[in-house]
Amino acid sequence: MTPLFQPWLIPILPLVGALINGLCGKRFSKAAVATVALCATAASFLVACVQAAILLRSGYPALEQSYGTWIRAGQFSVDFGIYLDHLSLIMMLVVTGVGFLIHVYSVAYMAEEGGCYRFFSYLNFFMFFMLTLVLANNYLLMFVGWEGVGLASYLLIGFFFLKDSAANAGKKAFITNRVGDFGFLIALFLLIQRFGTLHYGALSQILSDQFKSPESSAGVLTAIGLLMLVGACGKSAQIPLYVWLPDAMEGPTPVSALIHAATMVTAGVYMVCRSNPIFNRAPIALLAVAIIGTLTSFFAATIGITQTDIKRVLAYSTVSQLGYMFMAAGVAAYSASVFHLMTHAFFKALLFLGAGSVIHGIGGEQDMRKMGGLRKYMPWTFWTMLIATLAISGIPPFAGFFSKDEILWQAYSSPHGSKIFWLIGVITAFMTSFYMFRLIFLTFTGEYRGAKVEAHGHNDHAHHGSPHESPWLMLGPLVLLGVLSVIGGWVGIGNRFEHFFDPVIQKVSAEQSAAQNGEAASTPVSEGEGAAGESKGMENLLMATSVLVAFAGLGLAWFLYVKRPELPEKIAAASGGLYKMVLNKYWIDELYSAAIIGPLVALSRVVLWQAVDQKVIDGTVNEAALAARDVSQIVRQQQSGLVRSYAGWVAAGAALVVAYMVWMGTR
Amino acid sequence: MIPISWYLLLGAFLFACGVTGFLIKRNIITLFMSIELMLNGVILSFIAFATRLGTLDGHIFVFFVMVVAAAEAAVGLAIIISVYRTRETLNVDRVNLLKL
Repeated sequence: MTPLFQPWLIPILPLVGALINGLCGKRFSKAAVATVALCATAASFLVACVQAAILLRSGYPALEQSYGTWIRAGQFSVDFGIYLDHLSLIMMLVVTGVGFLIHVYSVAYMAEEGGCYRFFSYLNFFMFFMLTLVLANNYLLMFVGWEGVGLASYLLIGFFFLKDSAANAGKKAFITNRVGDFGFLIALFLLIQRFGTLHYGALSQILSDQFKSPESSAGVLTAIGLLMLVGACGKSAQIPLYVWLPDAMEGPTPVSALIHAATMVTAGVYMVCRSNPIFNRAPIALLAVAIIGTLTSFFAATIGITQTDIKRVLAYSTVSQLGYMFMAAGVAAYSASVFHLMTHAFFKALLFLGAGSVIHGIGGEQDMRKMGGLRKYMPWTFWTMLIATLAISGIPPFAGFFSKDEILWQAYSSPHGSKIFWLIGVITAFMTSFYMFRLIFLTFTGEYRGAKVEAHGHNDHAHHGSPHESPWLMLGPLVLLGVLSVIGGWVGIGNRFEHFFDPVIQKVSAEQSAAQNGEAASTPVSEGEGAAGESKGMENLLMATSVLVAFAGLGLAWFLYVKRPELPEKIAAASGGLYKMVLNKYWIDELYSAAIIGPLVALSRVVLWQAVDQKVIDGTVNEAALAARDVSQIVRQQQSGLVRSYAGWVAAGAALVVAYMVWMGTR
Repeated sequence: MIPISWYLLLGAFLFACGVTGFLIKRNIITLFMSIELMLNGVILSFIAFATRLGTLDGHIFVFFVMVVAAAEAAVGLAIIISVYRTRETLNVDRVNLLKL
């Protein structure tokens, strides 16, 4: 390997940037802080590109490098190691590439905010942990990254920590993630206990030796898979742990784009794909992944339809798209899942950055009801966001079409799939298209509904007056991401992406075990070939359906929000309770606070705080101090300052000693 | 020959006188003299035992005690004088600042 482009540089460079900015950024000018952060990220991206080229040129399925032992306990040991295969390669390029663009965007976006050095330091810090997560060669190092990105996410959501809602959202995200982390951690313990290693390669070797065929009933692998799913649910905002992600929009918009859309929330998907040797052998866990993903994508999409905050619509859209990825992973179509992860990173980052540009341009307003007609004020933002919307809606030839179509096809046709997944997926695709075009129409068409001139100067952008286009530093990343959102999907034409992904996926299917048995080998293969021709027609039919559905969503949104803008309110009024329920996000937050948070807070307050802490712990300490004081109160009388009284005590003591000795002597 | 118990009784009597004087008198000078009395009681006991047992240890102790008593007298009287200068009294019960 080229000495200048060591793979360990990829995560370390952002860490160096974070340390420089974090430790002495306060004394730097804003330009210097931005330069440090950008250089660190750009260099990391460069090294990542070189490493990717090395891997692809070498033709090996994976490159691995260990930098020494971290933990050794008996037979068990964990390395600081980097594992670069096609899965981590894609994640690495997405994280560094999109991350760099978002850094550039942030320079302009955060120009007027205070604490710039803090922001960029956290952002680089996040990059470090995210790259640790994707490049680790064992689950424990991955867990370090996993926890680290959670911390960075907490810090960045609560970036405006003087705002109560932001601080609370940060806490909510962190605590909800802890629930998932708990599951993940137990899965790791089970792996250690059962297999004695956390190293990817060793683990998949052991698995292919010991488990020739999938577990037919719930066994240890199912347990591990389900616990990993709990972890993934927390990090990737799936039912039932998705509640933190919409609130996480309290953070600055570039953070939402980087952490809560493009990279960190996909860590769960990455983990499930990385654990494919386990999930492939645990059909029950795999089914659970698919069900949770499908449900999440559907429910989040319904909520997305009713939201009026532009960032919240995008947040629910993210949850919904993550659900898609889980659905794909759950039908063992890992390549489709990661493909969608990649295209989603492009267009969702673009959508968030576009939303940030809109918010920036109209003085901090996030309510779509107060936008409208922004197309003529900010054409660049409009066109790039339109591209992203076309992409997410699954309209060809934009990126989202290829990945979403692949997912739907796999959901329909995979041996783990089912028509129900496909049906719900298509309905979700319709809703996705609808709420995304609703966003576009509400924001960019019609008349501007906001106040022209900001009368009150309490927000940061007050001096801007009427809506205006954002600076070029912000538009550049938008345009680049727009290009990626168009062409990003083309790598998937002709199943190229799937084949690219082959080395990552460990095959454990009936065919393989059959092939090993020898005699039954020919039957499934010929069957597969026979089905191929027939399935091609089916695939085209399904593709047509999903495109049709996407256009239907577009059309409905156009009809309701452009042609007859008075209709939505009537429909909302007519549907009454249902609309209210969806608008209030199914009262999930309220349910959680009543069922879990309320009792927990009450228990903590009454039992843990007032009884245990105040009475027992504080009580013990206070009583000990009081007792010491009371005893001293008595004893201090002895120190009178009168010499003769001291002498009296000495004499009495001496007399006692003499008496004792006399008594001992006479015995 | 006078039995040793007489000497010891005399020593004990002197010592008791010293203790009593120390405890009941208030004048610092008197307390000082009481201390000398106690020392003398002890010295007497040392000498009596030394003579009786025919060893030199007791004698040596006596010299030591006398030296210490002399030094104590020098230092003690100096302290008494300075106490009198600052407090204008020799009543120990009124020299009681050193308390909690």
